[in-house]
Amino acid sequence: MSAIFKKEFKSYFINMSGYVFMAFLLLFAGIYVTAVNLKGGYAAFEITLSSMSMVFLFVIPILTMRSIAEERHSRTDQLLYALPLRVSDIVLGKFFAMLAVLLIPIAVMSIYPLILSMFGTVNFAASYGALLAFFLLGGALIAICMFMSALTESQIIAAVLSFGVLLAAYLMSGIATLIPTTAMASFLCLIVVSLLLAAAVWGLTRNPVIAIIAAAVCILPLSALYYFRAELFVGLFQKILDVVSLFTRFENFIYGIFDVGAIVYYLSVTVFFLFLTAQSVEKRRWS
Amino acid sequence: MIEVKNLTKRYGDHLAVKGISFTVEEGHIYGFLGPNGAGKSTTMNIITGCLAATSGSVTVDGHDIYDEPLEAKRCVGYLPEQPPLYFDMTPFEYLMFVAEAKGIEYDKALRQTREIIEMTRLGDHQNRLIRNLSKGYRQRVGIAQAMLGDPRVIILDEPTVGLDPKQILEIRDLIRELGREKTVILSSHIMQEVQAVCDRVMIISQGVLVASADINDLESLISRNSKLCLSVRCDEATADEVLGSIEGIESAEIHPGKQEGVLDITLSVLRDVDPRDDIFFAMADRRCPIIAMQYEESKLEDIFLRLTEADAAAPAVEAEEDVQSAATDEGEAEYTSQFSTAAYRVEEENEEGKEE
Repeated sequence: MSAIFKKEFKSYFINMSGYVFMAFLLLFAGIYVTAVNLKGGYAAFEITLSSMSMVFLFVIPILTMRSIAEERHSRTDQLLYALPLRVSDIVLGKFFAMLAVLLIPIAVMSIYPLILSMFGTVNFAASYGALLAFFLLGGALIAICMFMSALTESQIIAAVLSFGVLLAAYLMSGIATLIPTTAMASFLCLIVVSLLLAAAVWGLTRNPVIAIIAAAVCILPLSALYYFRAELFVGLFQKILDVVSLFTRFENFIYGIFDVGAIVYYLSVTVFFLFLTAQSVEKRRWS
Repeated sequence: MIEVKNLTKRYGDHLAVKGISFTVEEGHIYGFLGPNGAGKSTTMNIITGCLAATSGSVTVDGHDIYDEPLEAKRCVGYLPEQPPLYFDMTPFEYLMFVAEAKGIEYDKALRQTREIIEMTRLGDHQNRLIRNLSKGYRQRVGIAQAMLGDPRVIILDEPTVGLDPKQILEIRDLIRELGREKTVILSSHIMQEVQAVCDRVMIISQGVLVASADINDLESLISRNSKLCLSVRCDEATADEVLGSIEGIESAEIHPGKQEGVLDITLSVLRDVDPRDDIFFAMADRRCPIIAMQYEESKLEDIFLRLTEADAAAPAVEAEEDVQSAATDEGEAEYTSQFSTAAYRVEEENEEGKEE
């Protein structure tokens, strides 16, 4: 794993993507700190971070688009398969390399609370807690986008796909407010989500039987529950989206709450998408 | 060293490899010969663990490629058809990366990388970006990569494709050098290459192994006769009479030669008899001077074409049967049997051709 990690980490500084990623993140960190903290005269760094989470939408795809798509495009994945490496070595090596690149601007950003403390009272626990959550949020987003990169051979498609998914995740709770909170609406939304899930299963396995089973497993209990206890569905879809939304969960940290549930959630999402990436890389050998 | 059993690979509805079995012994250079799309690369990818087989097994040095992939992969160095190079690295960086990924300690990796750079004559180019290297040098980096970690088997997929003649000769020399210490398997659709470098040949066509033999024995597989060409200064009647008295001659074709009074004779001779002495003395008795006498060596090309075309002409049903027979009777007898059916088909077709 260390060989892959070193090679990947170096590659981000041989081509531009590592520099572009760090430059954008730090540029916006500077702008937000100036606007919120310096101009606004407000010493809470966590507020800045909450605005900054949006910047991830644009910079994370820059970092991740190459990771696996490029290996496939240039056929270097054959080398990785032929080397005595496990698929987990490859995926983790790449993931940790990207995490290490993310850690550099995070380390620079960790200086801001110290600077702010010279001019006002800074709640260090809240600031650094939020920074940790910000870092883990970044890690989860990297894992998601790495999976997108594993789905295609083209860096551009990987980047667009990643951006689309992140944007959807970002707007998720906003979109949810458009949907009426009636039980019927929630039920229908959940059915649609189940069908999408089944379609994804079909897309990945090309096995209609498994897809139908997946759809049935989701839809039948939902329908039964709706038939007997419809009142449970009132506002349910919105609640689920709030729990699932990566960005909404970050908001707790702004109010100085160290949300352990959110931390665990970020880590689980990371592990889940790394697992999917490994499966997708492994699947290619079986194509 | 490498044992392949009943290997089958299916891409969707297309059977790319149909129940191939063979054994690779240590210390030989194997040539894997076949037309484009015959399944050479697929087979090589499966042996090296880059691709999973639909069915069948591959063992490398006693390690199954599915059950113990890391141990098996450590014994094998692989150069795929398109050298898997990172263009934004220099050859030195690239080789150090591969060495580390193969689990070699830093000091040893450094030493080995330098040795291999010298062996592949990359010294002058080791600090240029791979992006800027010519195809020949890129290929060398690819071969160097396969040599790292001192694997016992080196597998090269079409190592000389796209190179100029001088580079081809250099790469061939390198392969021969490698073959002195290691087992080398190289694939190619160029017959001369295999003839020049390899000592064993495996011919694969449409996913079926149609022949596997020592390069010198290959022609004996295709027919039990060899061709002897003569130029004799005499008339046809004498020639007929003399040749009729000699044992071991299956058939004779007599044409008037280019020179006046000289006959060109082509004899089909049983492979295990050498009638040249008898012919010489018999002709000498009649005072018919033999101007030239030579065995016509059947070229690997002819053998290759006959074997692969025979297979291509065979209906798909027969190919399916091959898979089944491969699945039922295991062991080494199988490719000879497969082969003999192929050769049989060749003969049949030739006869049909003559009738037409």
